[in-house]
Amino acid sequence: MLKTFPKGGIHPPENKITSGKEIKRMPVPKVVYVPIAQHIGIPSEIIVDRKDKVLKGQVIAKTSGFVSSNIHSPVAGTVTKLDMMIDSSGYKKQCIVIRTDQKDESNFEEKEYPLIREISLSQKDILQHVIDSGIVGLGGATFPSHVKLDLKNDNHVDCLLINGVECEPYLTADHRLMMEKADEIIVGIQILMHALHIKKAVIGIENNKKDAIKVLKEASKGDTGIQVAALQVKYPQGSEKQLIKAILKREVPKGGLPMDVGVIVHNVGTIFAIYQAVQYNEPLTERVVTVTGKKIENASNFWVKIGTPIKDLVEQVGGLPDGTRKIVNGGPMMGKAIKNTDVPVTKGTSGILVIDQNEASRGEPKNCIRCGECVFVCPMGLEPHLLMNLSEKGLYERASNEDIMTCIECGSCSYVCPSHRPLLDYIRFGKNIVKKLQTAKN
Amino acid sequence: MSAQSIIISASPHVHSDRTSKKLMYDVVIALIPAFLVSLYVFGIGAFIVTAAAVISCLLFEYLIQKFLLKSEVTIGDGSALITGLLLAFNLPSGIPIWMIVVGSLFAIGVGKLSFGGLGFNIFNPALIGRVFLLISFPIQMTTWPTAVENQTALADAVTGATPLGIIKEGLTFGGTMTDLASKIPSTLDMLLGVTGGSIGEMSAIALLIGGVYLLVRKVITWHIPVTMLVTMAVMTGIFWLVDSEHYANPLIHILSGGALLGAFFMATDLVTSPMTKKGMIIFAIGIGVITVVIRLFGAYPEGVSFAIIIMNAFVPLINTYFKPRRFGSKIKSKIV
Repeated sequence: MLKTFPKGGIHPPENKITSGKEIKRMPVPKVVYVPIAQHIGIPSEIIVDRKDKVLKGQVIAKTSGFVSSNIHSPVAGTVTKLDMMIDSSGYKKQCIVIRTDQKDESNFEEKEYPLIREISLSQKDILQHVIDSGIVGLGGATFPSHVKLDLKNDNHVDCLLINGVECEPYLTADHRLMMEKADEIIVGIQILMHALHIKKAVIGIENNKKDAIKVLKEASKGDTGIQVAALQVKYPQGSEKQLIKAILKREVPKGGLPMDVGVIVHNVGTIFAIYQAVQYNEPLTERVVTVTGKKIENASNFWVKIGTPIKDLVEQVGGLPDGTRKIVNGGPMMGKAIKNTDVPVTKGTSGILVIDQNEASRGEPKNCIRCGECVFVCPMGLEPHLLMNLSEKGLYERASNEDIMTCIECGSCSYVCPSHRPLLDYIRFGKNIVKKLQTAKN
Repeated sequence: MSAQSIIISASPHVHSDRTSKKLMYDVVIALIPAFLVSLYVFGIGAFIVTAAAVISCLLFEYLIQKFLLKSEVTIGDGSALITGLLLAFNLPSGIPIWMIVVGSLFAIGVGKLSFGGLGFNIFNPALIGRVFLLISFPIQMTTWPTAVENQTALADAVTGATPLGIIKEGLTFGGTMTDLASKIPSTLDMLLGVTGGSIGEMSAIALLIGGVYLLVRKVITWHIPVTMLVTMAVMTGIFWLVDSEHYANPLIHILSGGALLGAFFMATDLVTSPMTKKGMIIFAIGIGVITVVIRLFGAYPEGVSFAIIIMNAFVPLINTYFKPRRFGSKIKSKIV
């Protein structure tokens, strides 16, 4: 019996069209648009000006607090504008626009990175490299990674979990990375184990990626501290709390962090970025993005420079098919629908999903038939129908008492609701207000 | 691609293909085996009763929504159809048609629409209709035509009694189970459905086929039917073990009357049953206990309908007190 989390969860069609597609390198874009708020926390502080020449990998916006991150120029070129641009959140955000210097060779050379197994840096230097390189969680949450490395001495963290679950339908970026960079990922894990003084690491992978499980098992053979756990396929297993529960049977307390149960979780993509940062001093300026959709001609996985407009990616796979009605930054369950394809790829972009009419339109909401399906699938043990009702009626105090803030917004409730009720929409709305009320109270 | 053609909405961007309508029609499909058996046993009478109930339920829903409430007409969603079918299944085949019409009006008008329509009703509308008729017209509601020889004949010629009725009457007048043994239909007859009773509660096998279909299609979960039947079996089993001369064995209790129809089709009604698995188990135990108490000690031979309606009334309370365990909390169930 494969491991999984016990309560709730759904099985949406996997549609992993691109799981067999090798990661290709996107051509260097002519212009990149680099937002300064790509991570959770305080936006970075711009340290370049218009007309400045920047080098590839140069810091263009620096970290402005503990929970913040450096941002590096993905290309060598000239800063043409500091502009407000709509990003995937739908809001206008500050962006650094850089025109690629077509003559600069560093933009076009294909660097080789032979595997370096030896870990020569000290714990402190590793942390500094992670901070300097602007590493954030690449699973989608974009939480600055160094925060999870800078542990206090009285911590009792004993296990590192590596998230290779990729439970979102369609997305295959992590899957391909594990297939192609298995050795680097193992070294990256060893770097973190070294930095955190942890003896045990477990890589969690869902059983629909049997090839990746095999490859990583092979790659980790020499290290007895690293295990690979095959997990039952179930959404939202990639959620931190559910993953910890599935693999270690530990339950993160309400309002708590994985650290409270002695666990640190990193995504495989982040691990690879840390490997690059520590072994090659390479800042985070590119990532793997799955560009996919049922009607997309050449759906595939790409190494994409941060700041590349999504339209460049779409062009690469044969353009938007006729009847496209929705473009999603991320997967179909938690991704954000974007307004147009000018929106740039950021550190948190794991995929671009193109959806047609049939799937894009929502069903008309009907009366709640009290079937309880939303309650059964909620991985957090909440009652979505009740939370929606309370949010709708403005009963925020009660919503708060019913633990609305613990909702992880996985969307399982809205997915299963046979009456097409917009459960998560109302819960998000309620969460926002409860959050504001709580802040006001403090 | 023009900017207008792009839809922006919050996640999730995909939906399962389950809809309320599909769930409702799955229930209708699950009722087909029992309906076929009733046609075989009662002939055209069963068809007339069923058709009358379904047509009047749909018609009353249409009329009330269109002219009285002036709201959206929802007769296509399948729920009025189910109410009609279940009401018919709870009626004897020889009942006058005007009574069916009155029962349907009560079921749809009072049982469902007066509460606000689908999803807002507290009680199972079909059972509200049935209990209304049972209390108003006790004679007609307990006149049970037995299986007809000629299936095309209107089946009010021969009247018999239900197995539970035979037992109740026999025991009340001082008989013992041994005396009654010859009068009670055999287990095989009850499985196949050749006994007296309401249209839809005849054949245990047909109801089980429908129930399994609902389980396989995931319209219902095992919690309510299994818990309810096990509770009944355990409770009647204890009485039977103590005094088998005055109490019928659990098998008779499970296979006769409305136990199976109630367990799989009435108690599991999505709208009027609890929304957590814990709650469902409490709910089903309640139904089982009340049913057995009515059957063994009450004035009526059968108590499934009453038991379900009584427990329906507790559902809001059950939903409040038996919540799912919140992830990351130590407390098992939170009392608000």
